[in-house]
Amino acid sequence: MLRADPLSNVLYIDLSKKHYRTEKREDIFEKYIGGTGAAIQILHEECPQGCDALSQENPIILAVGPLTALFPLASKTVAMFKSPLTGNLGESHCGGRSAVAIRLAGYGAIVIKGASYLPVYLAVHSGRVYFRDASSLWGMRSNFTVGRIIRENEPGAGLRTIMRIGRAGERLVSYACVTTETYRHFGRLGLGAVFGSKKLKAVMVSGKSSLPVRDKSQYREVYDEIYRAAVKSEVMKKYHDLGTAENILPLNELGALPTKNLRTAKFDGVSGISGEKFAEQYLGRRLACSHCPVGCIHIAALREPYEDEVYFYKTSMISYDYEPIYALGPMLGNSDTEGMLRLMDMVEAYGLDAMSTGVALAWATEAMEKGIISEKEAIIRLNWGDYRAYKEGVRMIVEQPNEFYRALAHGVEYASSVYGGEDYALAFGKNEMPGYHTGAGAHIGILIGARHSHLDNAGYSIDQKALARNKNPLPEELVEALLAEERWRQILSSLAVCFFARGIYLPETVLKALRQAGFDLSIEDLPRIGEEIHREKYRFKIREGFSLESLRIPGRILETLSPAGRLDERYIREAIGHFRRLMTEPES
Amino acid sequence: MNMRLAVEDTERCIGCQSCMFACARRVDEAGLAKTCIGVRSVGGMERGFIVVVCRACEEPPCAKVCPTGALETRALGGVNFNKVKCTGCGHCVSACFIGAIFWDDETNKPMICVHCGYCASFCPHGVLKLEKKEVPAHAQS
Repeated sequence: MLRADPLSNVLYIDLSKKHYRTEKREDIFEKYIGGTGAAIQILHEECPQGCDALSQENPIILAVGPLTALFPLASKTVAMFKSPLTGNLGESHCGGRSAVAIRLAGYGAIVIKGASYLPVYLAVHSGRVYFRDASSLWGMRSNFTVGRIIRENEPGAGLRTIMRIGRAGERLVSYACVTTETYRHFGRLGLGAVFGSKKLKAVMVSGKSSLPVRDKSQYREVYDEIYRAAVKSEVMKKYHDLGTAENILPLNELGALPTKNLRTAKFDGVSGISGEKFAEQYLGRRLACSHCPVGCIHIAALREPYEDEVYFYKTSMISYDYEPIYALGPMLGNSDTEGMLRLMDMVEAYGLDAMSTGVALAWATEAMEKGIISEKEAIIRLNWGDYRAYKEGVRMIVEQPNEFYRALAHGVEYASSVYGGEDYALAFGKNEMPGYHTGAGAHIGILIGARHSHLDNAGYSIDQKALARNKNPLPEELVEALLAEERWRQILSSLAVCFFARGIYLPETVLKALRQAGFDLSIEDLPRIGEEIHREKYRFKIREGFSLESLRIPGRILETLSPAGRLDERYIREAIGHFRRLMTEPES
Repeated sequence: MNMRLAVEDTERCIGCQSCMFACARRVDEAGLAKTCIGVRSVGGMERGFIVVVCRACEEPPCAKVCPTGALETRALGGVNFNKVKCTGCGHCVSACFIGAIFWDDETNKPMICVHCGYCASFCPHGVLKLEKKEVPAHAQS
């Protein structure tokens, strides 16, 4: 690391004492780069063993990396915390303006501890932290409005991030998200509830400093190389054209798109919710995260009449991506384009994770069909494709008017442990499933992934490659491929670059870029550090009670045909067993 | 140098701020402290962006209010900035109400676009363009 680089500055904020300090942590950043690598070390230090995720002891760690604000596509902030959804490692990545703002405010990481006795939001400007009374924002119905008010109340337009929670976070829904810049999220694993438990409504950070580089002319050369690749390369094209929604039709064609609580993996109504449909009829704007020329963020413009007055309309701008479409579309049998957009808009306004919300409602719908819950519990009748009922369901998950919705707000694993229906409760390691029934790789990947995310190791991608070769890997081969990918991703998320840029940030490019940030690493160092970070994450998981032996495999994934055929529980268990052996081997 | 940086179409802007980083790199800086371009949302990203760059005014208000003659009007519009003459009073910033004069906190002096067009080569969607400007008759020597 370069001596003048502020990367190793860690800002510690104590919400209980309304106190802050900055500490140099070269020890961590030199060894573990930044992002995920730094965050897991700080989590080990700051998170007491066995603490309640919603207690004031649970720290929030936001970390960026050496490439942030130096190179394009290094646009992600890594959040680490103990997850209220899984009771274990919580890691979530978010773009928007968050990473560049934190880095140019002069920090490599921000650690938020304690809890406030009254609602607050934090404003970080020019090395100072302001604790602002957020009582007037607490309880506000729409997350959009919260952002608007803070935007007007704070300086630094264009150079700041506003990370905030909605009602769902305040109401401690275990899968409440944190939203930045209106449309990006620390989506998964309930960071929003951790904010809420601390009475922390928002964190805004502004910054516009300079950063040192090793050699100015080489820096420009490496920059240009990465930038040109980002704007010209075919690997990035899909992200800016149709965006991630491009995957809806091909995954459906493959028979891998979870539909109606994964009773099937093909959706009849797919044409209403395809990436093409949105792009052609609703796409109103494309946006980018700071320092990313790709612009994968797709915003639909939905014009709707008011029913009580003629010629009176509103236009809502609604962000869509593959995952929220999957979870609020096919998973709930929704093929009504506009109905689904309205549902998405509501999930956004409340600040919920779209994936967990969709899966929870899908389970509830099936549980009603099977008669294990009735209208007494659900209050309304949930039917596939009835987006109005689902909107009401979303509202009740947040407001929690009875025991049933209180349970559902804790996730589908918990709700099914109370009401039954575990076989079709689609959670892996207590986290609701993402939209891939591509084969065993997708599901095993989430089961063994360090943070239970489909982005840990991209099992879905390994499945699709196996399909293309028409050859199923042995469980050992599959696990080794997943583990290799996951270890490499620890490097990417420590830099911290967007995973969409993985085709550009290949090892040689990573080394060149890191060199300009003052990290002299060799090609052999990268897998070693990646493995070490991955093991550190697992060390935390084991410390918090994670066990590969007790992983639940939802029966439904074995019943519903995948493109790779019917999945075999024995194969999955063998794969998990092999993973366990690899993880107990000494470090390579 | 009869070139001028122009904003072709702000509606094409995706807010990536690549231009802002490019502007800083042009003066061998990384980060955003030295950028002379400002891209920010129109009060929420859903409504698009404001791209603030120097318009190369033919009669620049900033030069008119400079008490020390540090800002000289260029023949083709815009200004040349003479650091030595500048006292850092900041009048130029107030006079340019479109906000195109940026401030260097390190030197306590303004930073003003020189219309080199380096940023335009890093705009992925053609929002910024370096265009030829006709020399106005009164400016021809």
